[in-house]
Amino acid sequence: MSDKKKELKPNTYKFDTLSLHAGYQPHKNAGSRQVPIYQTTSYLFDDVDHAAALFNLERGGHIYSRISNPTVGVLEERVASLEGGTAALATSSGMSAIFLTVMTLCEAGDHLVVSSQLYGGTVNLFRLTLPKFGIKCTFVKPRDTEGFKKAIQKNTKGIFGELVGNPGNEIMNMPEIVKIAHDAGIPLMVDATYQTPYLCKPFEHGADIVIHSLTKWMAGHGSSMAGILVEGGKFDWMQNDKFPTMTKPYEGYHGLSFAEEFGPTAFTMKARAEGMRDFGPCLSPQNAWNVLQGIETLSVRMKKHCSNAEEMVKYLSNHESVAWVSHPSAPNHPDAELANKLLPNGKGSMIAFGIKGGKDAGVAFINNVKLASHLANVGDTRTLVIHPASGTHSQMDEATLKFAGLSHDMIRLSVGIEDIDDIKNDFEIGFRAARKPRLVSNQ
Amino acid sequence: MKFKVNGHEVFASTGGRPFDKKKPLIIFVHGSGLTHMTWVLQTRYFAFHGYNSLAVDLPGHGLSSGKSLKSIEEMADWVSDVIDAVGHKEASLVGHSQGCLVTVECTSRYPNKIKTLSLMGGAGAIPMNPELLSLAENNDPKAVDLMMDWAHGPAGHFGGHPVPGLYHINTGTMLAKTRTIQNTLGVDFRACDNYKNGFEAAKKIKCPTLSILATDDKMCPIKEGKKLASLIDGSQVDIIDNCGHMMLLEEADRVLTVLKKFITTNYPPLSS
Repeated sequence: MSDKKKELKPNTYKFDTLSLHAGYQPHKNAGSRQVPIYQTTSYLFDDVDHAAALFNLERGGHIYSRISNPTVGVLEERVASLEGGTAALATSSGMSAIFLTVMTLCEAGDHLVVSSQLYGGTVNLFRLTLPKFGIKCTFVKPRDTEGFKKAIQKNTKGIFGELVGNPGNEIMNMPEIVKIAHDAGIPLMVDATYQTPYLCKPFEHGADIVIHSLTKWMAGHGSSMAGILVEGGKFDWMQNDKFPTMTKPYEGYHGLSFAEEFGPTAFTMKARAEGMRDFGPCLSPQNAWNVLQGIETLSVRMKKHCSNAEEMVKYLSNHESVAWVSHPSAPNHPDAELANKLLPNGKGSMIAFGIKGGKDAGVAFINNVKLASHLANVGDTRTLVIHPASGTHSQMDEATLKFAGLSHDMIRLSVGIEDIDDIKNDFEIGFRAARKPRLVSNQ
Repeated sequence: MKFKVNGHEVFASTGGRPFDKKKPLIIFVHGSGLTHMTWVLQTRYFAFHGYNSLAVDLPGHGLSSGKSLKSIEEMADWVSDVIDAVGHKEASLVGHSQGCLVTVECTSRYPNKIKTLSLMGGAGAIPMNPELLSLAENNDPKAVDLMMDWAHGPAGHFGGHPVPGLYHINTGTMLAKTRTIQNTLGVDFRACDNYKNGFEAAKKIKCPTLSILATDDKMCPIKEGKKLASLIDGSQVDIIDNCGHMMLLEEADRVLTVLKKFITTNYPPLSS
């Protein structure tokens, strides 16, 4: 017998268990083992007093499914638990989650510092749409860590970026940029769609708000649109006078100060109480349920996505038709060391590669692969390809494309979980066609 | 709102309503290492229904300045000083966990000031696990993780917060890590461990008292709460099934319903 004293260890549930169970208690839902789909718009009040208390945030509960819904609520808690966050708010898409985050944080006259390597739709939001609301942005290349510092102005309210940029796979030095943000008394907001919490939990590296397009790997099956913002709970909104909408009495709720009343969940409470009330980009309960099904197998799928991606990186790196390959698992990736630190469980399944023969070869490749699907999505269980310069980023002019790190020979590949040999065989068909672009385009 | 007690600035949430000296006062006292935020699902209701609701941050905790008080007796005196500082002569007290020790001691010391006492997850004594105490005093974040594990019942570990989207284990963890662990949780745990007067103090209490206890409370087991309640004349007891020590979050609605009935009956609000 050992006389060693047993070390005390917390027995809170681990990632894989939370993926299946967090946010839901069957005994409160008629014993239903599966999360029920609450396909309803509204909820009975016990009496007038109960109604008033719900409207006034005096007690928790549901009023109207634009603001909250029990099925969506399970998804929100589940993602918050997986990210290590205090609270989350699900939205109808990733873009609405970004918009809601910005509108919760900023007012007209404010400024944001933004990574230049982003999904094309996000670039357009920051470059063209937010200025219409009086919110200006300065773009900085993701590897230019010092540039983020230099771009901060008196009216800057936050830094935003994708941890691994879309589509070029440049990695933001999150730990350093967090320091820059916090030294300036502003939060760091990270779009971690490419990573999912299985690969990286940005809160562990100091980020303050995490955003996902749940449509991608989290849901995983290309079936449902959804987005979410998650709050880390550490950011002190009362440390300076930069965030009056968080700290000062808010007329819309009888003089409520979100920061004072809700502390580590203040941002989410405001985003819901104000943003969902006024903008209304709510997630449907059916889509929330679909995403929950995806999250149940997140870790299983992400392992396969990552192992397939690493195989594809090796295959593409040695292929005669490929000019270059960018993926954080490649030893020659400029951010390989940072990737090892931030993404210890795998480097994700997004690969960018350049095809020899430029744009024409790229078009031929895309037009001839049979298994890989040509479409504007990533993070499906199936392998997806697109030519960004003519697709996802086609609304950018030449200079913006260059600043965003895009080239005309670039193919964006989202590696699925099919048998790896089948993916490679399919690519061989595409490459063969790419080597004879004229012949193929005349077919 | 902010005010001074013994020369140090104190923060107390007023539940979103301005402080009004005409209204009866309820003071909410948080547990070890935590802050006023733990009471958010109770305080706002009372603030909007005829009371001054003050969820205080104990000295050195949350947004209050000064150093953490080292004994339950000092904290009890401090709560009495808070009543004076905000210009009231009496108050109703609500405590959770360590806050129960504080409010029991305060009520026994200042019987004329305290009109009702509500205890959640209470006990007459809270002896600390020596290893947990040592971790907290050595500023080890594992102390917070262990506390949050033990403080939530089996159901609470899955979540299912009454406020949509909030994950309460992580929220509690964040609250307990707001300030330096050894200066808040470490000092509080030692104060709890040292306090021996709970049962004697309970015998002196004559005001209406409510104990809300939970069947799956590992921090202050239900039998300890019942023992404390049995020593207080006429104490009411409400037991929540399938719930842990963080009942004010895990079963916030049930807690509010019971608390509302008890306080409004025994310490009526200012009618509008």
